[in-house]
Amino acid sequence: MITKKGINASPGVAIGPAFVLDTEEYRIPQRTIDPAQIPAQIRNLDAALDAARQEVAELRAAAARKLGDETAVIFAFHEQFIADPKLRTSVVDAIEQQRHTGAYAFAQIMNQRQRLFRNVPDPYLKERVRDLFDIERRVLRHILGRAREDVARLTEPVVIVAQDITPSQAISLDRRHVLGFAINVGGQTSHMAIIARMLGIPAVVALGDITADVMGGETLVIDGTNGIVIANPDAESLARYQARQHEYERLTTRLRALRDQPAITRDGVPAQLLANIEVPEEARIAFEFGAEGIGLFRTELLFLSSPRPPTEEQQYEAFRTVMRAAGDRPVIIRTIDLGADKLAPTMGGQHDHNPALGLRSLRYCLLHLDMFKVHLRAILRASVEGDMRIMFPMIATLLELRQAKTTLADVMEDLEEEGIPFRRDVPIGIMVETPAAAMLASIFAREAGFLSIGTNDLTQYTLAVDRANERVAHLYSAHNPAVIRLIHQVVRAARRRDVPVNLCGEMAGAPIYCQLLLGLGLQRLSMAPANIPLIKGVIRSTTMERCQTIARKVMQFDGDRQVLNYLRDEFRGLDPEDET
Amino acid sequence: MGARVVVEREIPIPNKEGLHFRPIMQFVDIAQRFHAGVTVHCEDRRADGRSPMEMLMLVATHGTKVRVVAEGADAQACIEALAGLVESGFGEL
Repeated sequence: MITKKGINASPGVAIGPAFVLDTEEYRIPQRTIDPAQIPAQIRNLDAALDAARQEVAELRAAAARKLGDETAVIFAFHEQFIADPKLRTSVVDAIEQQRHTGAYAFAQIMNQRQRLFRNVPDPYLKERVRDLFDIERRVLRHILGRAREDVARLTEPVVIVAQDITPSQAISLDRRHVLGFAINVGGQTSHMAIIARMLGIPAVVALGDITADVMGGETLVIDGTNGIVIANPDAESLARYQARQHEYERLTTRLRALRDQPAITRDGVPAQLLANIEVPEEARIAFEFGAEGIGLFRTELLFLSSPRPPTEEQQYEAFRTVMRAAGDRPVIIRTIDLGADKLAPTMGGQHDHNPALGLRSLRYCLLHLDMFKVHLRAILRASVEGDMRIMFPMIATLLELRQAKTTLADVMEDLEEEGIPFRRDVPIGIMVETPAAAMLASIFAREAGFLSIGTNDLTQYTLAVDRANERVAHLYSAHNPAVIRLIHQVVRAARRRDVPVNLCGEMAGAPIYCQLLLGLGLQRLSMAPANIPLIKGVIRSTTMERCQTIARKVMQFDGDRQVLNYLRDEFRGLDPEDET
Repeated sequence: MGARVVVEREIPIPNKEGLHFRPIMQFVDIAQRFHAGVTVHCEDRRADGRSPMEMLMLVATHGTKVRVVAEGADAQACIEALAGLVESGFGEL
């Protein structure tokens, strides 16, 4: 049994066989095995060699069809190499005599072979070391349970163990078969963590080298609530975690039952719960969780997941997918919010000294109009599919909003000239995430069709705290009275101007804030899909009267500790069943 | 089994790209048609003539001499076939 502590990234408990994903580099641990394990290691080796050989045979057939015999001959050789009895014998000897694991024995043998090739003067033959490398990786993947087509083709439920999950891998995940994640790198706000929370899949990140510590097929326990991973748990730990898993699932089932219930307070005030999504496929999941619309479609992943900026068609496809999944429900599309911590490969090497205050988001777009216009074209073209709204992020001045709107109008004109349909009346709103926009909310509300309060950045800019900086992260709190007053101010301004307002920061999905936000007058909250049932549960068990009392009280506090303690008490008093 | 016959032949690798994938597969394919055991030597390295992996590890480049040893009843026919293949430059000349 090995226990490792990481960072809790997505709550819940998962138990299942490990599926170790391909990593940049293989670091096979040198483990000595018990003699009793030798036959199993050899069986695993044989199965891996056989699977690798079949894989190459398929590649050879495909290469022969598509690329001709010259390429096919390479795979034919790989196939023979893998099937070579001499190869198997040498690995089996190392397993039996030196009690190495199959993976280590195989890696060692391939390493020796590769070393020999490094000194070959002949350039052509020297290149064959790459083939050896390819063969090594292919077979190792199978020994370690790292199948090549990886996550996209899972056939049974597994726990994914990986260096990191890229957005494109996340997109290709077959969710039915993913029980949990154990990841080497990352933090609570890395994309991987955000995606896991959205999917409601337990995850632990920042585990160091979990990929080296775990072998494919070993039983893993993921405690995503406490950030703990256990490999090969003993019977007692397993039983304890199974009980916790049942408890967690019972709670989830209870909350899921709320899916088709309206989000309405006990005294009859309705709220609208929307979902924040990052990839088009999340939309469907969001609606399964009971979302009444998409309150925030983050478009950055489209740009971050590929080395080139996506084409207009690719972007259009993504937007259309979301729109179609939404049907007649509203969808707010936020224009690309790149920069600061999210730099696309294409954004160039210029680094801002202080990226959060630098050339990012809409500022970047307004300087790169060609890219921005392609983006807006794709969005507008998808607007005919349903109830779309467009939102500009990171607005600090009215001029920025006007420039963005002018650009949008230009694009509309182009589309019109080309006879391409779009919705001319698509509502245009802004993110309120700078203190400047919050303070001038009543002025912005004259020119924006809606306001959406982004509390993550608003908190960071108001308190001058970078929450990704662990040395100051403890100073970051969305419940700081300054932030709460800004939120209050924005809501009031929007109401006076009769402009819709919502809140889409992480605050919206945290149950302790829910009553306060309702009390401040927010009726639309947008959050990670997985949080919707929980928030709905809170709304359905409180009253607007109570929420307003809470909000009035909180507005009198002068410190964030005081606010937090009070909100905790009010939340606990509401739902004594839930301890977390 | 017939009489134990051992024959050997030393041949330089004539083709430009040396003993690479296609030549190795041709060589192994022919060696497998005979009963005789085949060993190939190149400098201080040695390979089973039926093992593609070991043959590759000979790293026999253009011009290096390989010594092919066949051992078994049909060793003579085997070595003729193999030598013919190598001398023809594996059809790549």
